[in-house]
This record gives sequence, structure tokens and C-alpha cells, in this order.
Amino acid sequence: MAKKEYMFYPGCSSERLASASNYEISAQAMCDVLDIRLNEIPDWNCCGASIGYAVGGELPRLALSARNLAIAEREHPEQDIVATCAACWLATREARDRLEEDGVLMREANEALAEAGLKYEAKQRVRHMVEVLIEDVGYEELGRHVKKPLSGIKIAGYVGCQTNRPFGIEGESFENPKYLDKLVEIMGAEPVEKYDKKVACCGGALGFSEPEKSQALIKDIVEAAYDGGADMIVTPCPMCQLNVEIYQNQINKKYRTKFEIPVLYYSQIMGVAYGKTSKEVGLDGQIIRARKLEELAEKG
Amino acid sequence: MSDLDTVMVKKYRNNFLKEVEANVEEGEWVKMCMQCGVCAGSCPLGPYWEHPPQEIFMMIRAGKRDEILRSSSMWMCTSCYNCIVRCPRELPITHIMHGLAHYAERLGIAPKQNPTRKFARIFWGNLTKAGRVNEPVLGVGLYFMNGFKEGIRTTLKMAPVGMGMMKTKRFNPFAFMFYRGCKGKKDIHKIIKKARELELAKAAKFGG
Repeated sequence: MAKKEYMFYPGCSSERLASASNYEISAQAMCDVLDIRLNEIPDWNCCGASIGYAVGGELPRLALSARNLAIAEREHPEQDIVATCAACWLATREARDRLEEDGVLMREANEALAEAGLKYEAKQRVRHMVEVLIEDVGYEELGRHVKKPLSGIKIAGYVGCQTNRPFGIEGESFENPKYLDKLVEIMGAEPVEKYDKKVACCGGALGFSEPEKSQALIKDIVEAAYDGGADMIVTPCPMCQLNVEIYQNQINKKYRTKFEIPVLYYSQIMGVAYGKTSKEVGLDGQIIRARKLEELAEKG
Repeated sequence: MSDLDTVMVKKYRNNFLKEVEANVEEGEWVKMCMQCGVCAGSCPLGPYWEHPPQEIFMMIRAGKRDEILRSSSMWMCTSCYNCIVRCPRELPITHIMHGLAHYAERLGIAPKQNPTRKFARIFWGNLTKAGRVNEPVLGVGLYFMNGFKEGIRTTLKMAPVGMGMMKTKRFNPFAFMFYRGCKGKKDIHKIIKKARELELAKAAKFGG
């Protein structure tokens, strides 16, 4: 199969030593197996994420994303842009769509971009990595590379919000998307059926500013995974991963629970199923270690 | 419509609705709300909204400018987009809530002590400075946003999380001293400055 190439937008949390550096490491390992080449957008900037609106407002926020879009378009107009982070994808795709639909905003964004000698015409599509996996690679091909089926591991597929709404994955419903469970199954693991919190919100950025309110949401997400008999939770979103993993101790103190469930990225379980080592998929980046997965990864 | 009708419509048309339509992101959608309440029922932090979205839409039409713009309600939005995908009339509710929050912030009447507003200000300052988010600096800004004493308390509470992040190489202590960010930070500053100028020039004169 010919190599697939994309303009890659990793986002702030995927930087080295940042909160989702393990996502970046595992995404690269996964893409290596699938013969996907990610060409990083040169000097990309932050998308403004979900709370950039407060100070940023509409045009400055769109212009911020338009800089990334314009640079990607200048570099490789024939390649789609792919983001691994849900918020990066959402903000960038939203900017692209709005600028394409609204001639006035497009003209104004270009006026702002001209300050930096850039120009944008909305030539490329903006996609999430899971779209690339499902639509460009396909489930069958994804399954063909499995060397170590993740048998005996039960996984709660936590899709979360921003990979799912408002755009979502073509052909999937907003209320009960099935693709993550399907990926889990193809990797040889067992998905938790009827995981009722699969598209619930973890609080997003309010995990920081309104910790008590958000942790009440996170508690339900973790509890439902345990109720379904899950060994671990898997998600496509760095915000979900962070919120659901790092506050489990604080939730335990407050609610007298005994949560200690690993929260991983789909790219990490795929990497292990594809025969990569723990380190190659960033399993050493889990605060709550995924022992079952580590054991499997280290088995020859 | 006859000329007289047009005059009557103008006379009775609420000014705050016009202001929202002119100055708030996606504000022209507000009048489409049919008051079903699905948005309020779908919001993960629904119980914490002083006025849930459908009430805000009605209040806009009733001209309750101060009650809305000074309210903490919109600052409860987690950006989960549930309301957007469920709204039967397809109002971009999330964007309207963001737009109202931003408009209140721009006018300087957003609730000063609201934690999400404070954090959002720190966040924007952080990301625009270097073009990318400097996570450790953002974290410390967050912990100390309510003063030194509470900052120390929060830092101690968060220390185990921070240690965990450090051990797993997801936290960069050197970023406090040195963070490169984007090479084109000056370009980014110019782009944002220009975009802001254009947006403000466009804003109609409703005290906005």
C-alpha cells in the first residue's frame, strides 16, 4: 500500500514533556505500522481550545486557527490536515468551515493573516486521526496488522465530547457512536457493552476552574466503566484522558471510592496490539499504570 | 408588510435582541429558539446555571441585558456541544453562550470572581504570549488566581498530581524558566491585533 501523507497538527498538549506527550509518542508508533506519514505543520500555534473564546472572541480566534491552516495550505495543499487532539481538530475544522461559508469572515481573516504575509483559501480538509483510521485505512486493514491480540482485556470506550460533537465521525450517531468499541474489538480486546457514559462530559477545561463540579462528572464516568467490568478506559481525547486519569485520587478522598483504573489512548492499545513495546507507545506515561497492557507488550 | 407595520415592528422590537444580533457571535440565531428546554436538560452542568440557555434566549427577547451579561451562567459551559447537536431548531447554542460570555467580558461586566472567567483570561494570556500553551506556567497561574494563601493550599493539594505528571514525563519543570513556543510569535501578535481591530470596528454601537 502506498504511503499516506498528511499535514499534522499535534497541538500544545502533545509537545515533548507536555500532558499528552504519551499520545504523540503512541500516535507516531501506530502511524509507523500503518505506513502513515505525518508532516508537522511548521511552527504551528495553539488553536485557542475550548476557553479561548472568553477573551479571544470570534475573529481573533478564527484568525489564530487560520494561521495554522494557511501555513499547512502553503506547504502541502494536496494533503489533508490531521489532528490528534479533539479540541485542536474541533477549533481548526470549525475555523475552516466558517471561513469557507462566510465570505466576510474569510476576507477579514485574510486581512489579519496578511500582517504575517499569509493567505488562506480553504483548500484542504481538516480531520481527526480516528477519521483517517476508519475512512482512509479502514477497519479491515487496521485488523490486518494485529500481532498480539489484546485477549482477556476488557475496555470501556470513552469517546467523550469533542471528538463526537458537533462534527463527529461520518455515519456514527452522536448519542451512541460505535467506532471506538469496534476498534477495541478489532485489537482483540473486549469492549464494555452499553457503557452509558461513553459520550458524557468530563468537564473539559472546567476540570481546572470548577474542579468539584467536574470531578462529580468524572466520578460517574469511572464508575460506569467499573460497573461494566472494565480493566481500563480508552479515549481519543487528551482532555478526557487527563481529567479522567489524574483526579481519581482526589475523587477517592472525597467520595470514599477506590478508583484506580488506567486511562489510555486508542493509539496506545493499537500500538501494543501491533507489537510495539511499552516504551514505544508511551505506557510509561501513565500515572495509573496499565499493567495488563504492559505485560502483553513485554511478552516476546 | 405595510409601512405602518414596519414602524410598529421597529418600535416594539427589543433593543437588547438587536444588540445581541449585531454584536454577539451567532447572535442572529437567538430569535429561532422555541423554548423546548432540551439544551438545559442536556447540559452536564445544567443545575449550576443561574439561567439555563433557553431562559437566556427568552430573557434576551425580554431585554434583560444586565441580568444576562452579569450572570455567571454562560461561564458554566464546558464546551461539550450536547446542546448544539440536540437542538431541534439547530441553534448553535454553545457558540451563542461563548459569544455572550465574550461580549460580557469585552464590555467589562462579566462576573469578576467567576473561576472560569479568571482561568480563561490566564489561558488566553498564556497561549498568545508564546503562541502555544506553556502548561506549567498555566497551572501555577491557575492555582494562584485567588491569591497567595489559597494558591499555596491548592499547590499542596495538587502536589501528588504534579509529581505523577513529572515522573511520567508529562510535565516540564524547565518551562518555568525557558519556553520557546512559536518562532512566529510576533506574527501571531500582529494577526490577533489586526483581527481584534476589525472585530471592534464591526461592532455596532450599543455600548459595545
